[in-house]
Amino acid sequence: MMMVMNNGSLRVDLRMIADMVEPGSRVLDVGCGEGALLDWLGKEKNVDGRGIELSMAGVSAAVSHGLSVIQGDADTDLKDYPSGAFDYVILSQTLQATYEPRTVLSHMLRIGRRAIVSFPNFGHWRVRLHLLLNGTMPVTDTLAYDWYDTPNIHFCTVRDFVDLCRELGITVERSIALDRDGKAMLLPGWAGAANLFADQGLFMLSRKG
Amino acid sequence: MTAHEPPGVSVSPTPPGFKVELGRDRPIRLDCGVELGPIEVAYQTYGRLNADRSNAILICHALTGDHYVADPHPITGKPGWWSELVGPGRVFDTDRYFLICSNVLGGCMGTTGPMEINPATGQPWGLGFPVITIGDMVQVQARLIDHLGIDRLFCVVGGSMGGMQVLEWAQSFPERVFSAIPIAAAARHSAQNIAFHEVGRQAIIADPDWCDGNYLLEGKRPHRGLAVARMAAHITYLSEPALHQKFGRNLQNRDTVAYGFDADFQVESYLRHQGSTFVDRFDANSYLYITRAMDYFDLAAENGGVLANAFRGTRTRFCVVSFTSDWLFPTAESRAVVHALNAVAANVSFVEIKSDKGHDAFLLDEPEFHATLTGFLEGAAAHRGLPRAAKAVRP
Repeated sequence: MMMVMNNGSLRVDLRMIADMVEPGSRVLDVGCGEGALLDWLGKEKNVDGRGIELSMAGVSAAVSHGLSVIQGDADTDLKDYPSGAFDYVILSQTLQATYEPRTVLSHMLRIGRRAIVSFPNFGHWRVRLHLLLNGTMPVTDTLAYDWYDTPNIHFCTVRDFVDLCRELGITVERSIALDRDGKAMLLPGWAGAANLFADQGLFMLSRKG
Repeated sequence: MTAHEPPGVSVSPTPPGFKVELGRDRPIRLDCGVELGPIEVAYQTYGRLNADRSNAILICHALTGDHYVADPHPITGKPGWWSELVGPGRVFDTDRYFLICSNVLGGCMGTTGPMEINPATGQPWGLGFPVITIGDMVQVQARLIDHLGIDRLFCVVGGSMGGMQVLEWAQSFPERVFSAIPIAAAARHSAQNIAFHEVGRQAIIADPDWCDGNYLLEGKRPHRGLAVARMAAHITYLSEPALHQKFGRNLQNRDTVAYGFDADFQVESYLRHQGSTFVDRFDANSYLYITRAMDYFDLAAENGGVLANAFRGTRTRFCVVSFTSDWLFPTAESRAVVHALNAVAANVSFVEIKSDKGHDAFLLDEPEFHATLTGFLEGAAAHRGLPRAAKAVRP
């Protein structure tokens, strides 16, 4: 049941997230899967990491690998954690699958000093073009489900997300546009470029004040 | 499996394991207010305590378990209840860890309990034995750990009532518990579970051979009552699918029903067998006392109604395990513990193992369960600074 997890195998977008985390900090990874990011952070950055994962297979693999992971769910389990318990709360590729993204985001920034969030950008030009030309729900590499079986129930665009942060009084400390391989993109300087070209948005957030 | 004598301990080598007298100078104050002492404690150990005494794991047994974790049972001759998990290279690796298990207070396999002699009267305690709690059992275990010269346990682990003891340890002695694994357990006994226990107790009490608890003096044993108690309890340890798979409606040594009250069905025969073999190895009054202790267990109530208060400030690493088909200690009970631990930002892992074997799954060959235990212990050992496994751990 041992997973092979080493520096080289950390997915590129996870590596981007890992680079945002200060060494020695406390991290809660919500939707941590088999715990690849937590494992890397523990080994490479001496992070005190915890995880929440919905799938039993993921939890089992993570715990069998010696990681502190509970079977649970972003929508129901975040409310239990005390305020300020973590330095970072990470939500990678999961926001769009939660029932109440707004509440989840608020809890993340209550529990953690900072939140790191990544999500597929529904404003990408290919998504827009697909809907425009085909008239059917977009299915792409990062959005690889049909409408009837997708776990992704709350899609948003980069712009939607920034608007929500503003509404919730959340400070966007950093925002990075990722391409379909999870690499940071160089974008033209004009407003709205990220919303049109980013496959994923990656944000580091903090509470105002 | 050979037992190694821990350093500085005098032993009486009758059945496998050790026996020690505790609390002669300082009796143990029980929750009911009675001071009890001295107390005899029967226990068994596996593996060796390391030089800095940091590799000790306390295994807490369940209601009808005992300290013969990996030894053949001295009465039934059956393999120890966790013998699959204990040994070199196994989940509880005896090459790396020093394992301790003691018969609980109130038990009937050598530790002071209702069938032992009350030194004040020279007769068996019977119902004169004070009513005990899970907390009392843990106090006694803590005295044993003192006696073995161990300040801090690397891990406390147990299933069912053993899991209750694990939670009690984590609450009462947080500094002495580096990691804790409560399995198929709960922070309180539910109304349904108290109800099942009451059925068992009433079956014993209704047996005329119980003699108001004085059966040992009368030279009798309430075998029928205790067997019925065991039969009822045994159903709660299994699951409907497990019973169906094992027996269905199959008939026992006959082609057609006999229009009578013999054991027509295999499941009846099986339960009767469970009942009748149980009475050979268990004491009826012990059964009353220990079930009562479980009924009284309510960690939240002890902490102002807030379970999280039981764990405030804890630095123990927890691994909570439940099984999908366990309806005696269902996952919701484990989840309540996890929520309480999250509320104090404790270091906790929680795995619900898929199994159709019911509550008893924690005693059975469940590879995913064993992998979870191994992985958690491995992670905890790394944080405790214990050496890694010498070789790849047996899956």
